[in-house]
Amino acid sequence: MTTVSQEKAGPAVSGGGIEVRGVTKRFPGVVANHDVNITIRPATVHALIGENGAGKSTLMKILYGVQKPDEGTIAVDGQQVSFASPTDAIKVGIGMVFQHFMLADNLTVLENVTLGGESLFGIGDQARAEINRISDAFGFDLDPDTLVEDLGVGERQRVEILKVLYRGARIIILDEPTAVLVPQEVDSLFANLRELRASGHTILFISHKLDEVLAIADDITVMRRGTTVGEADPKTATKRQLAELMVGSELPSPETGESTVTDTVLLELAGVNVVDEGGRHLLKDVSLTIHKGEVLGVAGVEGNGQSELVETIMGMLRGTGEITLAGTSMGSWHTRERREAGIGFIPGDRHLHGLLLDAPLWENRMLGHQTLPPASKGGLIDRRNAKADTERIIAEYDVRTPGINNTARSLSGGNQQKLIVGREMSGEPILLIAAHPTRGVDVGAQAAIWDHIRRARREGLGVLLISADLDELIGLSDRIEVILRGELVAEFDPRTVTPQDLGAAMTGGKESA
Amino acid sequence: MSSVMSVTAARREEAAQKRTRMYYLIGLVALVSVALVRVLTGAHEIDSQGSLRAAIVATCPILLAALGGLWSERSGVVNIGLEGQILLGTWGAAFFTYYYGPYIGLLGAVLFGMAGGLIHALATVTFGVDHIVSGVALNVIALGLTTFLAEAFFADLDSKFGHGGAQQLTGLQKPFTITIPGVSDFTSDLAAKHWFLVSDVAAFIAAVTTSVSIVTVVVFVLVAVTGWVLWRTRFGLRLRSCGENPYAAESLGVNVRFYKYVAVLISGGLAGLGGGYLALVSSPGFHTNQANGRGYIGLAAMIFGNWRPGGVLLGSGMFGYTDSLRLRDPATIHAMLLLVGAWLIAFAAYKLWRRQTRSGIVLGVFGLFFLVWFLTTDEVPVDLTSMTPYLVTLLVLAFASQRLRMPAADGQVYRKGSVG
Amino acid sequence: MKPAVLARKVGQALLAPLIAVVVAVLVTSVVVVVAGASVSEFWDVMTQPPSSRNMVNIVNQSSMIFLAALAAAIGFRMNLFNIGIEGQYTLASFTAAVVAGMAWFPGKLNILVAVVVAMVVGALWAGIAGVLKVTRGVSEVISTIMLNAIAGTLVGYLLSNHGQQYGQGRRTTPIPESSQLAGWTPFAEKDGAIWTLVLLAVLAGVGISFLINRTRFGFDLRATGMNEPAAVASGVNVKRMVVISMLLSGAIAGLIWMPALFGGADYYGPPFQRTLGFTGIAVALLGRNRPLGIFFGAVLFAWLNEQANPLALVADISPSVVQITQGVVVLAVVIAYEVVRRWAAAAEQRALRKALDEQPTAEGVAA
Repeated sequence: MTTVSQEKAGPAVSGGGIEVRGVTKRFPGVVANHDVNITIRPATVHALIGENGAGKSTLMKILYGVQKPDEGTIAVDGQQVSFASPTDAIKVGIGMVFQHFMLADNLTVLENVTLGGESLFGIGDQARAEINRISDAFGFDLDPDTLVEDLGVGERQRVEILKVLYRGARIIILDEPTAVLVPQEVDSLFANLRELRASGHTILFISHKLDEVLAIADDITVMRRGTTVGEADPKTATKRQLAELMVGSELPSPETGESTVTDTVLLELAGVNVVDEGGRHLLKDVSLTIHKGEVLGVAGVEGNGQSELVETIMGMLRGTGEITLAGTSMGSWHTRERREAGIGFIPGDRHLHGLLLDAPLWENRMLGHQTLPPASKGGLIDRRNAKADTERIIAEYDVRTPGINNTARSLSGGNQQKLIVGREMSGEPILLIAAHPTRGVDVGAQAAIWDHIRRARREGLGVLLISADLDELIGLSDRIEVILRGELVAEFDPRTVTPQDLGAAMTGGKESA
Repeated sequence: MSSVMSVTAARREEAAQKRTRMYYLIGLVALVSVALVRVLTGAHEIDSQGSLRAAIVATCPILLAALGGLWSERSGVVNIGLEGQILLGTWGAAFFTYYYGPYIGLLGAVLFGMAGGLIHALATVTFGVDHIVSGVALNVIALGLTTFLAEAFFADLDSKFGHGGAQQLTGLQKPFTITIPGVSDFTSDLAAKHWFLVSDVAAFIAAVTTSVSIVTVVVFVLVAVTGWVLWRTRFGLRLRSCGENPYAAESLGVNVRFYKYVAVLISGGLAGLGGGYLALVSSPGFHTNQANGRGYIGLAAMIFGNWRPGGVLLGSGMFGYTDSLRLRDPATIHAMLLLVGAWLIAFAAYKLWRRQTRSGIVLGVFGLFFLVWFLTTDEVPVDLTSMTPYLVTLLVLAFASQRLRMPAADGQVYRKGSVG
Repeated sequence: MKPAVLARKVGQALLAPLIAVVVAVLVTSVVVVVAGASVSEFWDVMTQPPSSRNMVNIVNQSSMIFLAALAAAIGFRMNLFNIGIEGQYTLASFTAAVVAGMAWFPGKLNILVAVVVAMVVGALWAGIAGVLKVTRGVSEVISTIMLNAIAGTLVGYLLSNHGQQYGQGRRTTPIPESSQLAGWTPFAEKDGAIWTLVLLAVLAGVGISFLINRTRFGFDLRATGMNEPAAVASGVNVKRMVVISMLLSGAIAGLIWMPALFGGADYYGPPFQRTLGFTGIAVALLGRNRPLGIFFGAVLFAWLNEQANPLALVADISPSVVQITQGVVVLAVVIAYEVVRRWAAAAEQRALRKALDEQPTAEGVAA
């Protein structure tokens, strides 16, 4: 993506100020937003910051008409508005780019873009021409007739932005747009945003990354526990001040302390390849080692083979090449045998791979450990011991719940994750695979989970840490490997590396530091 | 950059043309092989005018059910309740035809099918019940309801408009039929000459120009209409987007529930029309449990057809043809063994040429089996024939299901307001 | 607190079936009115205490419906829609009747062999769908529907070509007298006997209940049903589980008709009771795939079927009306369960919030 000149981006738009006054939204038993007040000036980049669960997403859904507020008012350019559905929001010129892309894989770019906005340019050649025009103007490089499933992450985000521009939106809401991007891509995204601002667009930028916010925003609003707690001027505010506003205290930062790395090799991958049905390499010639007492971090843009790497080590995915655990080849082992051999697994998507949401906590305690005590004995479920051990985990890992008979669904994200960490650390593992261990958890739980990973390392476990949070990787790892298109392309020492170095390697900019 | 685009566009165009050419080639090979087998074995019934006519009549209800399934599943709702909707359609058709004539009768069939669709939509879309569960329950209700209502309403009917019984209503008026005078006679004569290739084509033309029910015409028009609406209109785009990613659709202001409701209602209406076809066109009247599994077969035909109108047509035709074979003489069915064996071996050779050794060998073995069967026997038991479409479906699914692409959110329960 | 929680859970569990029964009663009454019959007469007939003879029949029928529903439930618990119970028990019943008719073994051993054969045949027929699913990715819904049709025609073909002429139709060779079981006659001789192999239903119910709730296998099965990717990540070999549960489901399906075969049917022929497989699916849904729920569902269905018999004579209503009641009760119950489930989940969230708000938090940061 390159910086574009203004006349190519189309005529300037005007207006686009938003006033949010006293907005409250309740869900069954939860107050997601409470007395939220924000003023967004037209043609500015307005950042909305707050930690996970602060109520940013709910507010954003209200602004886009996905949900209706229970109380309070929203005004656009001084006109009070009420949205029954996103259609109404689109009508007044609000567009939204979701963090999780809202694209239908089996439809083409053209179909995805025109969907819902068919009355603008139809669904035929006129629409195709308009898409090409916008794509050319912003250097999006998108072919309207490609199937979305054939596009990469960056291209998909550009389709999302194109969708919004196609509808002539004046106000663009971006929900954590940088979560899936590397630093260099973030820079060009910001260039685009500045360009949009210059042409009169208003941008609401949602994030919890303070550096980015300070770099791009004109105004900052901070949310905590469902309400707006303050505003800040990015020209004068410091990271520390913002952090204190966000969490009510200083942000914890990950740090490992003294090295505990030993010479004993725990996990070794040699020339591992995984190929999909189409003959594409998901993992290409991956070789790595993890020693006892070592945390190996893997950095990479999402979708570059991290989940395949994890699933191959766990035996959920089959590839070629040699995998040994503590000197024994485990290539032929099934997932269960690998777990029994002492691999603990904190999956990247806990709802998908980590929990039985509608089962009680004590059954979730058994998941992944159902063949071993205390969960079972001789093929039979050992309810008494499983329940007792669940009580222990709840106490030791500070899982906040009324009891072990509650369902996993009823826990907050952080408590769910603490339960998983507790469970995986209970099996006396020798190797811990932790994929995005602090994603979507609150700050308190984040600090606790970091502590547990540090403790695991001290106790001589090997840890494979996959994360999109570069600070977390640098803070916790003894060594960082970078994965790009299924290949390990560079290795760094976290004591010397900067996020920029990592970013360059993650996008293929540089081979090594 | 734009040059890059035009290159990919051109490549796509080329691929599409190549595919079209391939389809024509396959069609031609099929036609020639049928003609060849017919002439070699003397089993002229294999594609006689009567056989083709019977096949078309047997195809239509299945095709309607399959189209219904297509509409519903393209919007993301699995409709295994097609069977029940057909049943409701048969009763609706019989009741309304008796009192108001066949056209109102067809309308009644559609409305009754839609009522079944409404129940399914209510359960799956509004209440978020598992689609298969709801469909199965609907089938139970529909069978009970039509059986009960038939006994309650048809048992005592007897007039020039129909003759009732506890489980049937026969002698109903039929919708009118079309014959294209000159063409019909000429091609019928030509077909009777049993010439290689010429008579085969003539038999087909004769079959589609001689006393064809207006409903049959409507059915085939509906296939084209379905393709056009779903792939060429904004309505269709929105409907399909609900089956691919309802949350994306919702985020763009598409009323997902509305489209799912419409799709399931249309689905029910089509299945209901299928029921109407059964009661008014394919048979002399209504009887209980007249659907007799056609809803399920329609679903299989839709899957076979890869959730596309053309494929659905092909799949339904296959089922319809084998279904109609039951009524033919054993020699014809015997000749079919040769045809199927030859096709399988040809397909096996193609697979081997593409270096797909395993499936090539398996197909070859099946092909040889059919050939040996053909050479060592003189006829095929009728029971086994009626098994054929089911066996073929199983085989086709076993060999092709990896290549099938169902709508991404098909069968998933959608909850409004959980976008993002 | 604890008893209150229990009471609420029980209440939630009973609420849905209660709503469903009310809805079914209403809908059926409306249909009866539409058909021009008397609602009060209808319900009089349906709710009068069953005669001794009816009681025996209800028990016998319940056992078969229970087995059918149990077979379906095993698949449902791991999201496998084994629609093929019908074909599995048809083929299994036929084969078992043939084997028992051959009388290769003396007396009671003959019964044992035939029952085992029925289980094996049912399991293998279901196993085809299982293997096709795991090796070729064929949806079991479609494959079992196809297998139903194939089984039906296959049995028809075998019977008409190799069966024994009997009256209008054909049948398999009747089982020898030494292999017939007298059953238990709780009332007068004329009221009939409760079949001995009703015990099979009891055994299967207890066995499957234990297997699903108390064993590791059962945990794996339930985990797969609740969240397949999570089950895979926990080390469950889902492909193997699919095949095993299809085999198990088919084996139970094979048992369905065994009580009748050795309890007086004596051969496979025209009186063979069809559509039990589909009834079983409905009852499994009604009973929420839990053996206890299925038991009540089976009794309800058997009751409705049996009590409906005199309807035509007494109230001039076709007995097929109970099929409507049965269908509506199933659909209403799944809807009601869904509604109650959402309501209960929200209630649990509320209770949780309340409980947590009362707990002092360690730091200032709450979850």
